[in-house]
Amino acid sequence: MSADATTLDPPLHTTTGPPSVDLVALFRDSGIGDVLAELDRDLVGLVPVKTRIREIAAHLLVERARETLGIASGAPTLHMCFSGNPGTGKTTVALRMAEVLHRLGYIRRNHLVSVTRDDLVGQYIGHTAPKTRDVLKRAMGGVLFIDEAYYLYRPENERDYGQEAIEILLQTMENQRDDLVVILAGYESRMETFFRSNPGFRSRIAHHITFPDYDEAELLLIAQRMLDTMQYRLDAASRGAFEDYLAHRIRQPNFANARSVRNALDRARLRQANRLFADALAGGKAADGAALTLIAAEDIRASRVFSGASDAPPPDPIR
Amino acid sequence: MHITQGTFSFLPELTDEEIGMQIDYALREGWSCSVEFTDDPHPRNTYWEMWGLPMFDLHDAAGVLQEVNACRTTYPHHYIKVNAFDSVRGFETMRMSFIVNRPATEPGFRLERQDGPGRAQRYAIRTYASDQPSGERYAPR
Repeated sequence: MSADATTLDPPLHTTTGPPSVDLVALFRDSGIGDVLAELDRDLVGLVPVKTRIREIAAHLLVERARETLGIASGAPTLHMCFSGNPGTGKTTVALRMAEVLHRLGYIRRNHLVSVTRDDLVGQYIGHTAPKTRDVLKRAMGGVLFIDEAYYLYRPENERDYGQEAIEILLQTMENQRDDLVVILAGYESRMETFFRSNPGFRSRIAHHITFPDYDEAELLLIAQRMLDTMQYRLDAASRGAFEDYLAHRIRQPNFANARSVRNALDRARLRQANRLFADALAGGKAADGAALTLIAAEDIRASRVFSGASDAPPPDPIR
Repeated sequence: MHITQGTFSFLPELTDEEIGMQIDYALREGWSCSVEFTDDPHPRNTYWEMWGLPMFDLHDAAGVLQEVNACRTTYPHHYIKVNAFDSVRGFETMRMSFIVNRPATEPGFRLERQDGPGRAQRYAIRTYASDQPSGERYAPR
């Protein structure tokens, strides 16, 4: 463990009776409360995910308390699998996970290596193993995040090199649990197929976390936060328009939760720019700060979603 | 004869944990580590065999230690060293290099004298181990 992990050593009570550990003090000293509060604040919804992170945090603390009393049980396995529909925050949470685990003192370094199939699987015989080992070496001490992990296994091609990468991954996940936390992410149905064909993987992953879809209120909150970071704003009319938009869009195929929201906002920004230009060319007054930051209701209402057409894939990037 | 080459060579053997801490230090300084081995520890033998390529982009000692241990398993009776290379302009060289594995018995060197022109004495040192062909030196007998 890292040097700052030693500050997490719990106070040992040896005054009277059998030795005990003050869990409250341990919790306070570790600063985990801040991490969890931060997660609660920054991520909208995702209740099962937050609950699981809380459980992991509590487990690691108890584990540390047990260690001080000499009750050994070996390091817990923390490999995880995030599954859920597109745009439900799997990648965002994974990025935060490295920080959480580091603050908990479970991994030595706050770093995350994000890879996909391309980075692990080679192009010719004998290329895969060194490539995968190289990635694993780079991720040592931190978190290895494999996005779209189901692509590693291609059942249609029995000579696919993905299998080799999977075997090396499994071996490292088993033997170097102290050095590396592996997080897989992917769409739920495809991950299910992936695990069915690689049963060894399922059993080596302790935490299977399913990301639920967002409801409309949560999506609106997400949109609000995205706009805040981009320095845009909605007024009462455009907020109502966006609520209508979400109600329509959520029922359409290919709805990708927060990602669809982001795309909708990006298109609204394009329309806003277009509108401002049209106004200026028609001899309107100069655009001030308020006009430049406001997404108006008409920018949102112009979306094809309201005319019953699907928003994705768009044949015309603006409408 | 205990060979003293590179950093820490006058200290007792480093444990794996200490090796890990030294590698961590090197990585923190932004140096890249590599592993090399040889069975000819002559001081003028600058070019040891490379165990794989130098490891760039690493953040943690575990990756380097993994290679050190792989090299130890393959060559348990060879000298193995870890080098830390600094790529900063002006240095562009090894900043640290230390032995992490050595054979159980090190027979040492012998001094050879030669009569040169005009009976001038010329000296050379030679590893006893290099009497054996490469690959058979330091094998347990």
